[in-house]
Amino acid sequence: MSATTAGVLFIASLIIALALSHRPLGDYMYRVYTGTRHSLVERGVYRLIGVHPGAEQRWAVYARSLLAFSVVSVLALYGLQRLQDRLFLGLGLPPVPDHVAWNTAVSFVTNTNWQAYAGESTMGYLVQMAGLAVQNFVSAAVGMAVAMALVRGFARNRTELLGNFWVDLVRGTLRILLPIAFVAALVLVAGGIVQNFAAPHEVTTLTGGTQLIPGGPVAGQEAIKELGTNGGGFYNVNSAHPFENATGWTNWLEVFLLLVIPFALPRTFGRMVGQLRQGRAILAVMAVIALASVVLTNVFELAGEATVPQAVGAAMEGKEVRFGVPGSATFAAPTTLTSTGAVNSAHDSFTPLGGMMTLFNMMLGEVAPGGTGSGLYGMLILAVITVFVAGLMVGRTPEYLGKKIGAREIKLASLYFLVTPALVLSGTALAMGSPEQRAAMLNSGPHGFSEVLYAFTSVSNNNGSAFGGLTAGTPWYDVALGLCMVLGRFLPIVFVLALAGSLARQAPVPASAGTLPTHRAQFVGMVVGVTIILVALTFLPALALGPLAEGLS
Amino acid sequence: MPPSVLGTSSRTLGNGGKVGAGVLDPRQLYTSLPGAFRKLNPFTLWRNPVMLVVEIGAAFSTVLAIEDPSVFAWAIVLWLWLTVLFANLAEAVAEGRGKAQAATLRAAKRGTTARRLTEWEPGHEKVSFETVSAADLARGDLVIVEAGQIIPGDGDVVEGIASVDESAITGESAPVIRESGGDRSAVTGGTKVLSDRIIVRITQKPGESFVDRMIALVEGASRQKTPNEVALNILLAALTIVFLIATVTMQPMAIYARNTNPGIPDSLALTADGVSGIVLVSLLICLIPTTIGALLSAIGIAGMDRLVQRNVLAMSGRAVEAAGDVSTLLLDKTGTITLGNRQAAEFVPVAGVEEMELALAAQLSSLADETPEGRSIVVFAKQAHGLRERAPGELAHASWVPFTAQTRMSGVDIDGREVRKGAATAVMKWVRDHGGHPTEDVGHLVDGISGSGGTPLVVGEVADGTARVLGVIHLKDVVKQGMRERFDHMRRMGIRTVMITGDNPLTARAIADEAGVDDYLAEATPEDKLALIRQEQQGGRLVAMTGDGTNDAPALAQADVGVAMNTGTSAAKEAGNMVDLDSNPTKLIEIVQIGKQLLITRGALTTFSIANDIAKYFAIIPAIFAVVYPGLDVLNVMRLASPQSAILSAVIFNAIIIVALIPLAMRGVRYKPSSASALLSRNLYVYGLGGVIAPFIGIKLIDLLVRTLPGMS
Repeated sequence: MSATTAGVLFIASLIIALALSHRPLGDYMYRVYTGTRHSLVERGVYRLIGVHPGAEQRWAVYARSLLAFSVVSVLALYGLQRLQDRLFLGLGLPPVPDHVAWNTAVSFVTNTNWQAYAGESTMGYLVQMAGLAVQNFVSAAVGMAVAMALVRGFARNRTELLGNFWVDLVRGTLRILLPIAFVAALVLVAGGIVQNFAAPHEVTTLTGGTQLIPGGPVAGQEAIKELGTNGGGFYNVNSAHPFENATGWTNWLEVFLLLVIPFALPRTFGRMVGQLRQGRAILAVMAVIALASVVLTNVFELAGEATVPQAVGAAMEGKEVRFGVPGSATFAAPTTLTSTGAVNSAHDSFTPLGGMMTLFNMMLGEVAPGGTGSGLYGMLILAVITVFVAGLMVGRTPEYLGKKIGAREIKLASLYFLVTPALVLSGTALAMGSPEQRAAMLNSGPHGFSEVLYAFTSVSNNNGSAFGGLTAGTPWYDVALGLCMVLGRFLPIVFVLALAGSLARQAPVPASAGTLPTHRAQFVGMVVGVTIILVALTFLPALALGPLAEGLS
Repeated sequence: MPPSVLGTSSRTLGNGGKVGAGVLDPRQLYTSLPGAFRKLNPFTLWRNPVMLVVEIGAAFSTVLAIEDPSVFAWAIVLWLWLTVLFANLAEAVAEGRGKAQAATLRAAKRGTTARRLTEWEPGHEKVSFETVSAADLARGDLVIVEAGQIIPGDGDVVEGIASVDESAITGESAPVIRESGGDRSAVTGGTKVLSDRIIVRITQKPGESFVDRMIALVEGASRQKTPNEVALNILLAALTIVFLIATVTMQPMAIYARNTNPGIPDSLALTADGVSGIVLVSLLICLIPTTIGALLSAIGIAGMDRLVQRNVLAMSGRAVEAAGDVSTLLLDKTGTITLGNRQAAEFVPVAGVEEMELALAAQLSSLADETPEGRSIVVFAKQAHGLRERAPGELAHASWVPFTAQTRMSGVDIDGREVRKGAATAVMKWVRDHGGHPTEDVGHLVDGISGSGGTPLVVGEVADGTARVLGVIHLKDVVKQGMRERFDHMRRMGIRTVMITGDNPLTARAIADEAGVDDYLAEATPEDKLALIRQEQQGGRLVAMTGDGTNDAPALAQADVGVAMNTGTSAAKEAGNMVDLDSNPTKLIEIVQIGKQLLITRGALTTFSIANDIAKYFAIIPAIFAVVYPGLDVLNVMRLASPQSAILSAVIFNAIIIVALIPLAMRGVRYKPSSASALLSRNLYVYGLGGVIAPFIGIKLIDLLVRTLPGMS
């Protein structure tokens, strides 16, 4: 089977699987977030944290709850890392240095999972399980909670209430992420992913040297790492490690897992606003961009523009032989299209244009399909901006799903849109302006620049994948990237929640023949166009000096 | 209704619902130049953040050009200043169009004196007054105005009747009658009494007269940004910030790129210190949405102006914008949908009577009938049956019987023959009283006409001692031509039309069916209207209506777009947010279209402006960086001559596209009522796709000229 056939089969089977799963999962999530009953365990949790689950919150209260929860999470995770030598299951590892601990804490709480450390040699099992894995669940649930609050803003009328953050958080974790992750973990174990508490094995290699082979509770973490679009690997090399990603089919399963919730959420959205076709339109926007990106990445990689790749038929440098080019490209595109950031190959070694695709995916704001929850709310913001610009052309003041997009709404949507470019570009500019920070680059010229640009793009969009090459473990980068993660996560969330509040307050405008239809191919095409053009315009100078300069030379 | 108004409506009905365009006289560009220069003042420009950024950029470049002069630098500086100037010019031109009208209005107002009554009792002929300046009049003052004098302020006639020349405001030369009491009591300051004497109670506050407001409106002085304009400005500001970040952060990246390739000579755009300030500013100005930023306020002013051209005054831009959003139109039947009066449409004889006989009798009985219905019978008899119209005086022996509320019929006694026409019950009683026996047939005919929404008039006669019913005249409301087509347009635009009428439901329904409206409100009282508006608004719909009477005022105030007729009462004019000087209710439909056109123009130029950026990147990015990374030269798809000419061409294009689009901003984009999807597709192609392609062509053409300048290669 040629690489191209393999790639086509890989992508086609993924599409079929996602097409089959998005409906039942989307409907299930709809029931989870709109149901009124609380299970015994949930009631216990609510009593424990002192929350009345029936009381809904206004947007500001919702946002405060979310921020409070996140601050506590950061502190707890920081503490766990700093004290790991005094707690159990520490594997005898020293406390994590303060700047790394800060970076890691915000990284996992913000669903970024940028790793400024080598997993197996820095974090003991307790930190991995009670700290990082827990955040893998709840940070994903936070994203979904925010998306649900925004959707309620569209679905509800004349109300201040957007639901209860704690209920959304608990339900997302217990009813959606835990069960799916549990099943997925079992399947992964069957595929050869390890799950143990064993201390590292010392083995003698073929050449006679010795090597430490760490085990660990990997499968459990691996499942939620993909499902919750987290991406923080147990091991340093992430999903390229055979204990994290053993074979071709576990590779397929991991890609499926990281796409399954983001692609199902539009269905949930459609059900909640009572118009399935609106959900389908959003899904179509995501699917069109995702498919184009996956195909282009594969094409660039398979074409392999350099001499060596052409000699061997494709660019194999930095890719696992187990997965091959399509298995790597089709992992790299989805992991950057979502906010996952897990990697099974070195993006640094991709062809310049293939590497640019991974960058561009993140620059899109990770909306196709994006992270768990964050993809949906990011896409809805873009839909709002599209409606605002193009909606005027039907001769009415803009409205989306029966809600007027007025000054307040467009202000919040614009602020949302401003955050990431501001962080990415100013972060990159700061680093490039300082000789000290430039020294962290492995390569020079456009490729070295791409490494820095990639790092800031990745953290500001809460992706977490690393291009590689950049020595980002310095205190300056740890702090700067950490700040980008915090601001890149929570500023947009606050703007989204404020927008949700302002939408929910409105009375609905009934649709008529004069209303811009937002469920047709025309609108899908427009959102795709606006998304790509806005992003391209914002980042073109940076891309021109990095991957484009390299790829076009 | 004055004849000229009929002319207006037939003109607008004729063009398939398309909104006509206002023309831009090229001379206006020239005469507006001083205004454009005045607007360079940054303290007034700050209201337009995009253009303020351009002005700051232009000023900054000027400093740079002085420090390090070159042809290229000064050319850029010149065109950056021109960009700001062109934007100001657009606004000045838009405002200038109202200025002429304002001047006429001011002339009408200037130097008016008032004769304020010091004591007055209704009914007394003798009055005493003092002469004061019109500006000193307070609300509630009574003034006396006689033939030849100018009415000093807005008010209501409390005594007397006069013919008034309102041409200063409406442009309509035919005088109108204003009298105390009723719905025609309102007079406007600045208009002239032609005959008789009236006493007017002033209802305005000093300096807030209708004319004052008109002056402010047409000059654009009281213009406030509309909600959608505010929102759009926010988006434009956000885009400006994004591009500001993109250009500023490019500098360290550029320095790095340049310095990792040390062997490359300095270029005009890129040196070891990075991209030159002038080029950075050029890139920024090209990227930020200057086109829409420059034209945004002109579009708004021009929208109001298009209304003024149609003799409609919008009291706020907000109302114009709301007009675009209207989803329910309440239209008064009379005057809007129908021609105002019932007209004879058919003569239906009873069995045994020839149609011609009935026609003759009907005509005879109506010769002296001066009511519109009576006249229409005579006209119909002539048209349909060739009966010559006779002056009542021709028939010497005739004794005319006028209509009274008691008899409810009119007719003529001539040569021993008595002919009567009138309400069915009245005429049938009259026939019976004279010994006749109307057949059942008559009852059927009458019921049939009523059932179809018409009004039956029964014609009876007593000749040679026999009384009998001859037949029935079918009077019906005549729906104006082209109304059905217009309502179909409305429906396609998603607008529901509701006909309001005082008729009974049966009649209302028949007319509603004929006219093609979506719904009707029969036997409507002002309360019903108000309730209907509230109900529509509850469902989130925006409602537009017209009205003229005082009892319309609550509904006019409640409606999102309330168009008061200029002939209406002051209360109605106060309550509405637009005044139609022609008092033509059909204009509501045009108002909605103008509102939509305004919004479409705004959206189209925004899309165009953003789409333009793609080409500018293709011009400027390779111009700056192809020296360092020759591969980037493939982005120079336009094959522009040199980096300097590429950058300068982009800047020039960016500036002249503003001037090129001023006419479009003034007259609005072409708008034909159709569904949202169809409208969008068309505008996306023209302004989206066109916006992507046009600058590639434009910049290339400019480059062909610019490359011949010295210092450009």
